[in-house]
Formats: sequence, structure tokens, C-alpha cells
Amino acid sequence: MRFERREHRSVALVIATPVLAVLCALALSGVLIAIAGAPVMEAYWRILVGAFGSRLSATETLTRASPLILTGLAAAVAFRARLWNIGGEGQFYLGAIAVAAASSHLLGGLAPAVQIPLLLVVAAAAGIVLLLVPLWLRLRFSVDEVVTTLLLNFVAVLFVSMLIDGVLKDPMAFGWPQSQPVADAAILPKLLARSRLHIGLVIALALAAAVHLLQSRTVFGMQSRAAGLNPTGAVFAGVPLGRTLVKVACISGGLAGLAGALEVMGVQGYVTKDLSPGYGYSGIVVAMLANLHPLGVVLAALFTAIMFVGADGMSRSMGIPSYIADVTVALSLISMLVGVFFTQYRIRR
Amino acid sequence: MNVVIDIFASAGLWAAVLRIATPLILGTLGALLCERSGVLNLGIEGIMTFGAMIGWLAVYNGADLWTGLLVAALSGGVFGLLHAALTVTLGLSQHVSGLGVTLFASSFSYYVFRLLVPVAGTPPTIDPFQPIVVPALSSLPFIGPALFTQTPPTYVAIMLALVLGYVLFRTPLGLAIRMAGENPHAAESQGINPMTMRYGAVIAGSALMGVAGAFLTLSAFNSFFPTMVQGRGWICIALVVFASWRPGRALIGALLFALFDGFQLRLQTVLNGVVPYQIFLMIPYLLSIAALALMARRARVPQALMQPYRRGER
Repeated sequence: MRFERREHRSVALVIATPVLAVLCALALSGVLIAIAGAPVMEAYWRILVGAFGSRLSATETLTRASPLILTGLAAAVAFRARLWNIGGEGQFYLGAIAVAAASSHLLGGLAPAVQIPLLLVVAAAAGIVLLLVPLWLRLRFSVDEVVTTLLLNFVAVLFVSMLIDGVLKDPMAFGWPQSQPVADAAILPKLLARSRLHIGLVIALALAAAVHLLQSRTVFGMQSRAAGLNPTGAVFAGVPLGRTLVKVACISGGLAGLAGALEVMGVQGYVTKDLSPGYGYSGIVVAMLANLHPLGVVLAALFTAIMFVGADGMSRSMGIPSYIADVTVALSLISMLVGVFFTQYRIRR
Repeated sequence: MNVVIDIFASAGLWAAVLRIATPLILGTLGALLCERSGVLNLGIEGIMTFGAMIGWLAVYNGADLWTGLLVAALSGGVFGLLHAALTVTLGLSQHVSGLGVTLFASSFSYYVFRLLVPVAGTPPTIDPFQPIVVPALSSLPFIGPALFTQTPPTYVAIMLALVLGYVLFRTPLGLAIRMAGENPHAAESQGINPMTMRYGAVIAGSALMGVAGAFLTLSAFNSFFPTMVQGRGWICIALVVFASWRPGRALIGALLFALFDGFQLRLQTVLNGVVPYQIFLMIPYLLSIAALALMARRARVPQALMQPYRRGER
């Protein structure tokens, strides 16, 4: 069996790939559900009902999609420039804790219109700092950033745990390790009353559009793509590789930090050790499912959120472990990889 | 200062060092074997998790401990086969494929575990490997408890480091594996199939990763819980660079690392309350990053690492 590069990639094929990948993943997870002894179609039906069956679940799905859009964008922007930022989880937590610290100690007295934007900037900066360290190690010592960004996730989570157990600990939380709550003026406005859905969704959608424009319409977008396609060639063509990667890192780390900020300011109000159910890692899958396209990220994040929220409901009613959602999402990543390959190559006998 | 000296003078530290090092030795050797053939295997964290889960599950359901290790090795090999199919046959990005394998293997482990083991207040346990206390030798100061009171898998891990070093650098098979990682085109012209070498190395290396995980549940602890691998896989990837892709140095690196880890664990109990415990827990990860920064430039990376090989395509 040999593979031959396709001369031409049809648009239909490129669009069909993620759909097929998701269907393929659902089929494989269906086998796992069947082995567990449950009716497969009913399980998927319950997932859909769990994600959209009521006003509460539908808003919950959208609430869950918002941070996934941001961490997905963070990964997509970086991967496109072949900067392997696997540190979204750590950047998320650092952004979140920066908001909690700044709101409860520095900016808490400011009016919402001033405080909220300032806090978002602080969170983005925190995420950026955590990504600039591995980038510096790569540019200066040629250390592979995959491992360093990953290891920094553990460091960041421990750092947050130290703060919410120490200087930032809420004295009113009965000894439970959680940060002081953000000021009332820092709470994000709700999009819909009587739900958790907050303005963060709009921010995430706007940022996805902004990233799309940045990548498709600017010199920086072209340079970052060139850096990803062929770094040595890009340097030869005059792309300042180091500077481009620093900019990419600022966008990527900043988006992941923002995701953490929105989760604190929009949903929880304070930081705990389990603020993120792995948003940073799921962001990687979201980015890959979207084939690194910023607008595709929105759809991929929605799919992922449906799986997670829906599987919780399905798990409660059918007794299938809700980890099936993680399995399905991971399987979609793998089938998407294979799918993308076959948009580029065909089999020749 | 006395505190530090006391810790290093305690026999318990030296016994702990080899125990902490064992999963790192096995995992690092596994990753090293993959990378020597030219394939980066970031699936390690997930494969270790799955090995820990499936090895424990086998023993929990009545298999003996060695069978548990074997089951873990086989399942590791299966994930290796998946990674090899994606990266060797299809030539996909080794970074992304490895992350995919990790995400899949770890979530699959949790799923299977939850499905088969009902939620209980205290996690169910098994009887883990017991230490072999070598008479006479084990009463030697320091060396005795460190070297002669370990569980069998630890001895196996140390021997494997020596065997792998011998195979890689003293046998034709080792030469063929290294050629696949350095220059697959040259290997092909010598009648070696680099694809076969890569498949073999990735499957065998991943099997070692599975065993590395199973050591955690079958020897170091006696139960399985999610997130128990806790980044050990990523630390192994860092150790490969630190070891400059040499099994002997991987052994030394893992031992050094375990020494720091065992030391900080003891320092933690001494300094309890003075310094937040999280600081100590950060040390292994920061140490790995420092090791990478220190060694990355000096290390001799296999030349074809992360480069897919396609016949007749350059």
C-alpha cells in the first residue's frame, strides 16, 4: 500500500472530514457503550437531551463551550505557527488566579466598566508570561516546548493550590482551599436571566472572529503561517521567526489566560483547584477537530461541550461512566488526524 | 544543614530512591527506544495510566502479579501499534499523534475502571509485589536497604537498562534501529527496512511504558486511582534528553532524579508548616525543565527524530 499526494483538495472533502471524524468516533464509542451493556442509540439520544433537552441544559452547554472556544483558539493559533503550546491548562489557571488576586486586593474598588477590562488584561498577561518562559527556552536553548509547557501545567496548578491555601485563601470558606471571591463589580453580566450563561460567550465569539481576520488579512497572519509550514524557509524569506513566535505566544497564552478569567468572573466567582475540568487539554482536541481554523473552533468547541454536558446527564440516567465523553472526544481527535491525512493523500496500489 | 545530613544518612532515603526511580527507568527506556528509531512517543503519559489500570485490574480479577505486568506490557504494545500506524505508516505529526494517544489512553483507562470497579468509599486493593530481602547483603549500611530490599520489578528495570544498552550499541539489531532514527534512507540502502524497525521499536518501547505504569499499581501502591501517573510520563520524556539517548545514562538520570525526589519528600516532613508543601511538589517538574535546558544543546538528537519516512520521498 502506498500513498500519493493529492494534486487538488476539494472544499467538500475538507468540510466533510470533521463530520466524518466525529461520526467515526461516535461509532467507536458506541461499541464501548454496547460492551457496557447499554442500548447505544438511546445513550446518544440521552446525550443530546442532556445537552439541549431543557433551557437549563442548553444554556449550560453554551456556558461550557465558551472557555473551550478560547482554549481551542489558543491551541489553534499556536499550532498553526508550529508552536506546540500544550500549556493551556496552566495558562488557564494562572489567568484565573491573577483575576482573583487583582480583584480582591488591587482593583476591587473600581467600577465594573473599568475593572472588568483591566482584569481581563491582567489575566491575559498572566497566561502570556507562562508561555513566554518555554518559548524563551526554545529560542535560547532549543528545548522542545511540548514537554516544558506540559510540565508547567503541573507547576501552575500547584502554584494556584499554594495561593488558595495560603495568601489568597478565603477565610470565610470554612478551611476549604478556595480563593477570596472576586469583587461584585467584577462579575460578568449574564446573557440570560436565571442561567449561568454570561457575556463571556460573546467575548469568545468576537475573539474567534478577530483571530480569523488577523490570520487571513494581516502580514502577521501570513508570517505565522509561514513559520508553521517551513521555519527555515520562512527565515530565508525574511520572516523574523523569533519575533513572530513571540507574538503568536502572546495571542495563544493570552487567550488561554482569558478563558480562566471568564470562568472565574462569569461562572464561579472564586478559584478552586477544580475550576477547570481539563479545558486546556480539551482545547487541543478542539483545535485539531477544527483543523486549526478559528471559525471551525467555535463548532468544535460546541461539539465538545455537548459531549461533556450531555454525557453527565446520560451517565446519571443510564449508569455509563461519563468518561465516555472524554473517550469520544479523544477518539475524534485521532480519527480527525487520519481524516486530514486522506484529504492530502490518496491510496495508490 | 544538620537536617540535610540526617536525611542523606537515613537508610530509608536510599531504599526509597530505587523505588521512586523504577517507573522512571522503565518509562525512560521505553521512550528512548522509540526515539532511537526516530519516533517521538508522547503517548507515554496515557500508556502508563492504562498500564497501571489494566495491570491492577488483571491482578484484582485473580491473575498473578507477573501476569499483571505482562497484560500491561501487551496493552502498551497495542497503543504503540496505534501510534506507529499513525506516525510511521501515515507519517502524521508525532507530536499530535502522541497527544491523541495520551488523551485516548487515559480517558479510556478511567472509563474502563469506572465501568468495572464500582465506586466505593475506600478504593479496592490488591496484594502488591513484596520486597526480596537478600540475607546478609541487605544489612550493609546504605547500599543494603537501597539495593537488596527491593521488589522484583526494580531489579528487572535495572537489568533492562543494561540489556537495552547492549542491544542498541553492540548488536546488528541495535545498529539497524539506530540507523532508522539517524538516516532511514541510508538504512534502506543497506537492506534494512526502517518502517519495520520503527514499528518494532515503538511497540516494544510502548510495552515498557505500560509496565512502567503497572509498577505503580502492582508494587509502589496497591490500588488504582485516576491521575496517579501525575506527569511521570512527561518527566521520562525530559529524562531521555537528559540521558542524551543512552540507556546507561537514562538509568543514572532516573536515579539522580529519584534521589532529589526522595530527598524533597523527607525535607517536606521536616519543614512541614514552614514552607508550603506545594513548593516541594513543584520541584520534580521544575527539575525536569532545568535538566532539559541544561542538556538540550549538548545532547546528540537522533537526526531523523520526528521526520516521517516515505520511500522515495525526501
